[in-house]
Formats: sequence, structure tokens, C-alpha cells
Amino acid sequence: MSIKARFSLNLGEFALAVDLTLPAGGVTAVFGPSGCGKTTLLRVLAGLEKCPGGFLQVGPQIWQDDQRFVPPHRRALGYVFQEASLFAHLDVAGNLAYGARRVPAGERRVSVDRAVALLGIEHLLARSCGELSGGERQRVAIARALAASPGLLLMDEPLAGLDVARRQEILPYLESLRAELDIPVIYVSHAPEEVARLADHLVLMDAGRVQADGPITEMLTRLDLPLGRDDEAAALITASVAAHDETYALTSLEFPGGRFSVARQDLPVGRAVRLRVAARDVSLTEVHQAGTSILNIFPAEVVELATVSEAQVMVRLSVGGVPLLSRITRKSAALLDLSCGKPVYAQVKSVALLS
Amino acid sequence: MLTAADLTALGLTLKLATVVTVILLLLGTPLAWWLARSRWRFKFILEAVVALPLVLPPTVLGFYLLVALGPRGPLGGLMTTLGLQPLAFTFAGLVIGSVFYSLPFVVQPLQDAFAAVGRRPMEVAATLGASPLDRFFTVAVPLARPGFLTAAVLGFAHTVGEFGVVLMIGGNIPGETQVLSIAIYDHVEALEYGHAHLLSGGLLVLSFLLLVGVYAARRRGPAVRP
Repeated sequence: MSIKARFSLNLGEFALAVDLTLPAGGVTAVFGPSGCGKTTLLRVLAGLEKCPGGFLQVGPQIWQDDQRFVPPHRRALGYVFQEASLFAHLDVAGNLAYGARRVPAGERRVSVDRAVALLGIEHLLARSCGELSGGERQRVAIARALAASPGLLLMDEPLAGLDVARRQEILPYLESLRAELDIPVIYVSHAPEEVARLADHLVLMDAGRVQADGPITEMLTRLDLPLGRDDEAAALITASVAAHDETYALTSLEFPGGRFSVARQDLPVGRAVRLRVAARDVSLTEVHQAGTSILNIFPAEVVELATVSEAQVMVRLSVGGVPLLSRITRKSAALLDLSCGKPVYAQVKSVALLS
Repeated sequence: MLTAADLTALGLTLKLATVVTVILLLLGTPLAWWLARSRWRFKFILEAVVALPLVLPPTVLGFYLLVALGPRGPLGGLMTTLGLQPLAFTFAGLVIGSVFYSLPFVVQPLQDAFAAVGRRPMEVAATLGASPLDRFFTVAVPLARPGFLTAAVLGFAHTVGEFGVVLMIGGNIPGETQVLSIAIYDHVEALEYGHAHLLSGGLLVLSFLLLVGVYAARRRGPAVRP
């Protein structure tokens, strides 16, 4: 099962040319600067923009090829626009019912009640749309799209129009969607933080073209892509809660390369979490250093090196098969005599828990 | 007080305005929708045609309709050949003339209202599974409701007040084509100022109340939000 999309569209100054095969599960983030064609790609996928000669297959269904073009209203999709775009003539319940009522019999995947519960909007149902805050409006819009029982959910920067506080309000809901529903999501964004928290798969776009795509952990640590060379470059690690140490109020998080110790988290053992480790917070040593305050030290292997500035080198490491980035000075790299395959110890100064 | 003839003229006027408003809403809605949404490059020509009755002396419109609908006109000739009555100087002819005359008063508010709705709500409805006709009736029409109210009231009031077109194409047949404005003219001609005052003042108050109603309703109407 996968999503296959092949489109080329010429709009004068801007041209879109994509040929993608995406997993039909999890969250695929489409990431790139403003104006790179992310939104156009999403509109073409939805059928809101016609792109003659294109091809689109979602799971077993062909939505577009040379013979047919399934109009948007016959595609089992949900679309969340950047602005909530609620129907002003209907109240919140009416907005939610609009799509839910039009789901063909036997194709219901998400009930209105489920969508309401997932977005936590029970208390808003009787309100009119004018009485909602920006964050509430967007939550209603997401619930409305879910209640239409989509087989594919398209989201066009749903948080871009909101301030930081509102974004933090909505992100947990988006994370719970990923965990609770088995609906593939294509999530357009230009915010690295959202991508790191939500995405399983990443498509990098620039000037209407796909630069690269692949699993998020790979993509963030590829040194041939801008994300892996950026000042803010960071690796993403999926771990699970292994144990709690009540004496020192620490939580131990297990991943294939070892265990992280972090400040006590109120999470059940076994819960999957995402960790973000910034390249600048990882230093390297040749021997396992004793007498250090750093708790998180892992044996690693140098996979790749790239000079990112006159003074700095980005090192891609493998920690038990899990990619990790370390940004060190060029001088350090020379002193350590780093080369591919060299075993080192990675000292992680700080780690951020994303979910 | 109102004479029997005045009452007949009043009844006829209201009947004419009602029929014309209904026809205009039925014809004007799809036309206004198309004008609001089409990207055809020569659309402006059609917009100019729709707006013509705003600037043309009603007598000019009435004159051409008379020529077309009269027994020797192309349409009237056709009707005569088919064994039908020519439409000039009939109530049906009056309806046709009024439809043309009041067209912009219905189409323009509707077009503006549809344009204000914009494409986004329609796209949202499409992604929620609504077919084009479905989303027209469940999204575009409700959101454009203030426009429909304005269009209906303006179309009705403007038809009530017409004179030139009626005079040219309808004449002055009591019970058939003699409407209020003509009746007022007759009273003035006959120096019956009392009757003229009664009808004129009535029309003035009626028109004012209608417009007050429209503007009050527009103020309360739901704003279209993004």
C-alpha cells in the first residue's frame, strides 16, 4: 500500500514537477521554503487544482490518470486549510455534521463523536463560529475533516496562522491523531519543530521539485541535504520509557543504541517517545571518559563527515544503527583523526523530549 | 380615498412586481453565479449588457421591446404566425419588459454576494464530499443570503416604480397594463392632486420601508469569515 503521485504543472513563472511514492501510513511532512510549491502539490493531490497528464494512486484507488479524474468530492480525503475556513452560516456542530453526513454508507471510519473527542471540542459544539478563538477554530476544522472519514488527510500548514501559544495548544492533538488513527497524513509545513514532532516520513521541496524524500530520522541526518548541515541540525531518536529512578528522579529511555537518562517524566513504562538531539550538543571522545558530569555517553561509529563552515565539521554517527549528528570544530576532527568507520564515544549534553 | 381604478392599478402593480421578482431570481441567480465565478476574458461585455438598463432611458428600452414584440416585430411576427397574440400591450409583455428593466438590480447584488463568498468555502465543501450542485445550495446560497434579500427587494421596488417601459410597451389598459405609476400620471393630468398625493405618498412610504428593512437586515447579516 502506498501513495503514488506524478505531476508536472507549468504556471508561468512557477513549475511543479514531482514523482513521489509515499507510504500510505503515518505522517508524511512536505517541507520547504514558502513558495516552493508545497501548497500547490497538496491542492493537486486533492483535485482542487487540475493537472492534466498527472497520475495519482492512493492505496488501491486511482484518483487520476490519463483516462479519469475523480473530482474532489468523490475522493475520500480530508483537507485542512491554513485558515480554518469554517462555514459561517453553520454552528460548530453544523460544520462537523456537514462532511459526516456525506460519507457513503459503509465507509465511515471516524464518527463525529470520535473526532470531537480527539480534538477536545465537546464544549464548543453549540457555539457559533464567530465565538471561537483562532486555536479553537482550527481544532474544529481538523475535527470536521476527520468526521468526513478520510482515507487520506491533507493538512496545509494548519498551525501557520496561529501564535506560538496556540500552536502549543494544538500540537498535542495532532500527535494523538497520529497515535490513535490509522489514517495517512500529508502535512505541509515550513516549521522544523512541527516536522520533528509529527513526521515519520519527510519530503523536501524546493522550487517546485522534490529534493529528496525518505524516513524522517534519515533525512534529518543526511549531510548532503541542508537540514543536516544547518546550525539547528538535530537527530531524531525514537525511544521507549524503560524505567524510572526514584532516588535521583530520572527516567531511563531505551533506544537501539543504549539508554538515555533524562529528568523524571510522568510517563508509563513502555510508552514510545521522540527525542531530539541537537548536533551542537554532541561532543566526541576517543575513550570512554570517566569523571564527567555527562550521563549520556554512547559508543558510536563515524559514518560520514562534512565540512559545514571554515571552522566546523558535521559528523554523522551510527549509535547501534541509529543516526546521530555531532558538530565539532575542524581542529577537533583533525586532532581526533576522524574518518569513516572510526569508533568513538558520543557525549550527549542535552536531549529534548518531543512528545 | 382610493378609487376602484386605483385599487385595480395597485393590485396589478403588486402582481407584476411579484411575478417579475420571482422570474428575476430564477434567471438572475445562475447568471450572477456565472458572472461571479467565470474567468472568461470577455465576461465584461456581458456585465455591461446586464448594467445597460441602469443608464438607458426606460423609453429606449421600451421602444425596442415594442418594436420587437409588436405585431410587425420579429418576435411579435413569429407569435402571430403561430396563431398567438402579440405580447405588446398585454400583461405578459409588461412582465418581459420589466424583467429587462430590473435585471441589474437583481443580478448585481447577487453577483457581489457570490463574489464575497469566494472560492474557499466551496473548496472546503468539495473536500467534505459535496457535489457542485449540493455545495451551491448548502454553502453558496446560505452565505449569500443577504445578497438575495437585497436583490429581491430592489427588484421588487424598482419594478413597482417603473414608468417609461410600461408606457411604451404596456400602454394604459386598466386591469391589464395600467400600473400605479401610470395611474399617478393620469391623476396629475386630470389635476386630481389629492389622488396623486395618496398614491405617490403611499409608494414613497412603501419604498422607504422596504429599503430600511434591507439595510437593517444587512447590518445584522452574518459576516463571511475566512
